[in-house]
Amino acid sequence: MTDIFNNLSLGFSVALTMMNLFYALVGALLGTLIGVLPGIGPLATIAMLLPFTFNLPAVSALIMLAGIYYGAQYGGSTTSILVNLPGEAASVITCLDGYAMARQGRAGPALAVSALGSFFAGCSATVLIALFAPPLSELALQFSAVEYFSLMALGLVAAVVLAHGSLLKAIAMVFLGLFLGLVGADVNSGLLRFTFGIYELSDGIGVVVIAMGLFGFSEIINNLERRETRVVLHAKVQKWMPSRDDFRASWKAVLRGTTLGSFLGILPGGGAMISSFASYTLEKRLAVDPSRFGKGAIEGVAGPESANNAGAQTSFIPLLTLGIPPNAVMALMLGAMMIQGIAPGPQVMVERPELFWGVIASMWVGNLMLVVLNLPLIGIWIHLLSVPYRLLYPAILMFCCIGVYSLNHMALDVALTAVFGLLGYVFIRLDCEPAPLLLGFILGPLMEENLRRALLLSRGDPTVFFARPISLGMILLSGLLLLLIIIPAARRKREEVYRKE
Amino acid sequence: MPIKIRSPKDLYAGLLFLFFGVLAMGMARNYPMGSAVRMGPGYFPSILGGCLTVLGMAITARSLWLVGGKIKPPVMRPLLLVLGAVFAFSFLIEAQGLLMALLALIAVSSLASWEFQFREVIFLYLLLAALSVGVFFYFLGLPFKVWPI
Repeated sequence: MTDIFNNLSLGFSVALTMMNLFYALVGALLGTLIGVLPGIGPLATIAMLLPFTFNLPAVSALIMLAGIYYGAQYGGSTTSILVNLPGEAASVITCLDGYAMARQGRAGPALAVSALGSFFAGCSATVLIALFAPPLSELALQFSAVEYFSLMALGLVAAVVLAHGSLLKAIAMVFLGLFLGLVGADVNSGLLRFTFGIYELSDGIGVVVIAMGLFGFSEIINNLERRETRVVLHAKVQKWMPSRDDFRASWKAVLRGTTLGSFLGILPGGGAMISSFASYTLEKRLAVDPSRFGKGAIEGVAGPESANNAGAQTSFIPLLTLGIPPNAVMALMLGAMMIQGIAPGPQVMVERPELFWGVIASMWVGNLMLVVLNLPLIGIWIHLLSVPYRLLYPAILMFCCIGVYSLNHMALDVALTAVFGLLGYVFIRLDCEPAPLLLGFILGPLMEENLRRALLLSRGDPTVFFARPISLGMILLSGLLLLLIIIPAARRKREEVYRKE
Repeated sequence: MPIKIRSPKDLYAGLLFLFFGVLAMGMARNYPMGSAVRMGPGYFPSILGGCLTVLGMAITARSLWLVGGKIKPPVMRPLLLVLGAVFAFSFLIEAQGLLMALLALIAVSSLASWEFQFREVIFLYLLLAALSVGVFFYFLGLPFKVWPI
């Protein structure tokens, strides 16, 4: 127990320096901003800002980027409730009951409950990370290449299972990502692979290039196809405080949402979005009168909003302890760590405790800032929503282009991003979800390296993956997950969770 | 009996994956394979390419009997103009500097919107150009070429 206090106090001593407070605030505000604005998510924003974090110390960079992710969860609910548009993918479900509440003149309580629920979830998730990260990374320190390979395979399988749409296509996307990850010089032999003789590709394709193309550009193009219709509910938000009945109705939903979200966040493939969907389904199932849902049931706001924030934060656990990103946003965070010269993995906690605990402590600080700032600032956010998209997207494009270019000062990177933008657009049209591709892309080189090492140790015997208990367990779990999805009942369930979109 | 495509989305997705799979396998043949103990640079890509090819074939084949949705036809204007604007930026940034590259980026991409207004775009350009030169060039000190000459 004293360990945890020592660790947390080390963390707070890092997080509470002026500079890191500043970056936590910047991250949280920026996250809220892009959470509020529909059509630009945390993934694209983090990709956009990655290049500009070069010059920052590693801790500050990670603190800011983390702030963007959980800040977006706060901001997303605002747009969902007031405009009936998801500001952010994880808030899709909040539209249903949040907007219904706003139409009944109860926007204030809806916003307040979602902010307070998120804050509770954020605090709980921070404690969870502090409790579970050290034992997990201790376990992971004993992993050899064999376990790592199986773990990554498990991560990819889970990402596939939790992705929506066709299973087969999601698997293919993972493989395509793994393949793209291999472009560039081979680590062992130095041989240039799949570069088509282009010198600029010898270091591989940048994470930022792929992420910005697939998630940023293709999203902008898609948004431009729709003519925009935005009706901001201009009824003044008068009454903020939720009534006593509101509290009574929502505290259990907040608790359940937090628990569910924390659990789903840790799972590979999990994160904010699936957490909010699952929580809504759960609340509806447990409700005495499920017909209230969709007509302004406060549980339908409190549960998912707590769940997505909890899920956003606990998804840092696998990243920080195992070095395995559970979802696409974490894959980018891993990219950020590598840009900073930190090899992600269990050794981070031992070698850079100030980094590890500093980031965790900053999450609590950031959550506090968000809950204090969010409600008073809602007026400003609503104003921002009235900035038309036609002025917004050229600015977003500008940040993207300058960001990509400043990475390596290679104009080719910018053109390549456009190519991935096109590819991302095609993928969306063909119902192929791009998130598994990004995960595969990040894990590709790591998997090859670990497979090499594992088979070198076992003298080429592939059964080594089944001979070690931890590795066997992970492979069995992957198989089980795949089996589950093939069973019709579970398959229906998975589709049901996503149908609400 | 004529072959009937029931799911065009699956057909094209499958062909796309098939293309990448065959590409990966084909190119990996030029790299030393090695053995399982000492893997060469061609080993892992060959496995990946093989899996991708099989998956691509499966998805393509599936399109013949699994009924799927139609592909929404692409709207060419935003697609071409946004991507074109980015390409223009990448061509101009080194030759003509940041200001010209941004002019091309913002002017071309703005045309993609349904509500293009000339005066608004000029204003937007001036604002964004000033902002980016101020922030990136002066404040962050990124070594950009700013002016055309």
